[in-house]
Amino acid sequence: MSIPFIMFFVFALVAVGAAIMLILAREPIHSALSLVLVMVALAALYLMLGAEFISAVQVIVYAGAVMVLFVFVIMLLNAGVEERTNFSHMAKYAGLPLAIFLLFGLAHWMAHSAIGATVANGAGAPSQAAVSTRELSTMLFQKYLFPFEATSILILIAILGALVLAKKGTE
Amino acid sequence: MEFVAQHPILVVSLVKIVVLLFVLMTALAYLSWFERKVIAHIQSRWGPYYVGAHGLLQPLADGVKFLFKEDLTLPAADKVLYILSPFLALSLAMTTLALIPFGPATVYIFGQPTQLVVANVDVGLLFLFAITSIGVYGVALAGWSSNSKYSLLGGLRSSAQMISYEVSLTLSVVGVLLLAGSFNFNEIIEHQQGYFQYLPFIPRWNVFPQIVGFMCYFISAIAETNRAPFDLPEGETELVGGFHTEYSSFKFAMFFMAEYGNMITVSCLATILFFGGWLSPLPDSWTWQQYLPGVGLLLSALYLAYDTVRNMRGIGRIQLAVVTLLAGGIGLLCLLPGVAPVVLGPFWFLGKVFFIIFFYVWTRSTLPRMRYDQLMSFGWKLLLPVSLLNLVATALWIVVRHP
Repeated sequence: MSIPFIMFFVFALVAVGAAIMLILAREPIHSALSLVLVMVALAALYLMLGAEFISAVQVIVYAGAVMVLFVFVIMLLNAGVEERTNFSHMAKYAGLPLAIFLLFGLAHWMAHSAIGATVANGAGAPSQAAVSTRELSTMLFQKYLFPFEATSILILIAILGALVLAKKGTE
Repeated sequence: MEFVAQHPILVVSLVKIVVLLFVLMTALAYLSWFERKVIAHIQSRWGPYYVGAHGLLQPLADGVKFLFKEDLTLPAADKVLYILSPFLALSLAMTTLALIPFGPATVYIFGQPTQLVVANVDVGLLFLFAITSIGVYGVALAGWSSNSKYSLLGGLRSSAQMISYEVSLTLSVVGVLLLAGSFNFNEIIEHQQGYFQYLPFIPRWNVFPQIVGFMCYFISAIAETNRAPFDLPEGETELVGGFHTEYSSFKFAMFFMAEYGNMITVSCLATILFFGGWLSPLPDSWTWQQYLPGVGLLLSALYLAYDTVRNMRGIGRIQLAVVTLLAGGIGLLCLLPGVAPVVLGPFWFLGKVFFIIFFYVWTRSTLPRMRYDQLMSFGWKLLLPVSLLNLVATALWIVVRHP
């Protein structure tokens, strides 16, 4: 039992536990905070794989910016406790079997495919070839420049759309 | 024991953390004394005076007072978050200090090479931003979980303010990153080594080429740490106490300590990015400068001794005599041949941090609080474009200089 091995299970358990909390919590703000915890636990897992840049950006963007906006909106609207409805028939009868089937499918794929095997082996120990920030930016701005720019334009359009929708009510 | 023997880094880190925590706690306590004293003197008052000589025991008295006050938990509050948020605020404020290098990359203590930093992370700057960006939750959740309208307004204001100013804070730093080409604090500092080509007496600190960036950084940092003139989340004239209205006793003290902790972190970061960190402004060939810390402390001990004999009476005289002996003893320790080169880095680093913190306190005692709409339009319409322009100008400069 090495330290990274134990730490992996600690953070993995935190991530899964917080994800379950996210669904079960009745206060919207508790759900939002559980999501923050999931993000932070995932960042810790990235860190253990040697991806320091991705890990830090994960926390800055998701936990530090996106989720703060979520929390801000929940606070601003002063949203109350969620109301529970009865499950739909579909979810009631097909939900649990489907979830178990998907879980086993994923586990089976991980155990047998080539990519799955490397993922499973790499999860315990930090990879030796840690991606430096310089390599990452070279990849991002040379090899994958077109997808990067396309994503930027997509986000710009989304911002404009949000502005147009928000403006409608005030006229 | 075998496990510990195989991982000596655990023991070394633990020792570093304990020392850092001890120093930090003392610094936090005496920062409040320093701030009250400086503001008082700027405003022609005396400040803390009666508890101990020159009010030096005031932080201790404050601490005891906080401990003995009734620890209220509101019945309508969200219990878990109400208790969690002061812990979150304080622990995150203190975690960032683990990334700050206080001295050169390798120093020799008893012949053993070591680093004067708890964690030398490759992407140190990003990590620091990651931790501070989660720090918003401490304040925002304190405001929400108290279930009180003043707290909620304070929490809302703080989260809006921190999101807005975080953007220009991050952008103002990118110029420095472009110049240094690294996220690592030690590499950023080492890049500032030496002197300007045509002005050989001015050190090559980033503050000179990046003066616009530094101004944007400092203004956004004041807003990020919720300090005057941007202390709207706790504006007592309109919100009673803002997000910490409903907190009492030690939970309130924790918010207080978190605020000072953030102030120290931000000042350390300014020192690293813009003022050359632990680099000395004097040329390296002047080896006598390693005796500066010791001689400085001995001189201040001499002045304190004069003050003790001349101005103090009764118990105050004994208290100040103890401080004098401490200063003199540490001064003599710093003059030892094995210690002198080690303390030189921390001496310059802490000196620069002290100067920036003084500037912080000066700002607070001078400027009135801004209005909320002024704060928002200032952040988005002035600070953000200026830091973007600074970034573009720096990038152009680098492309022209090194095509």
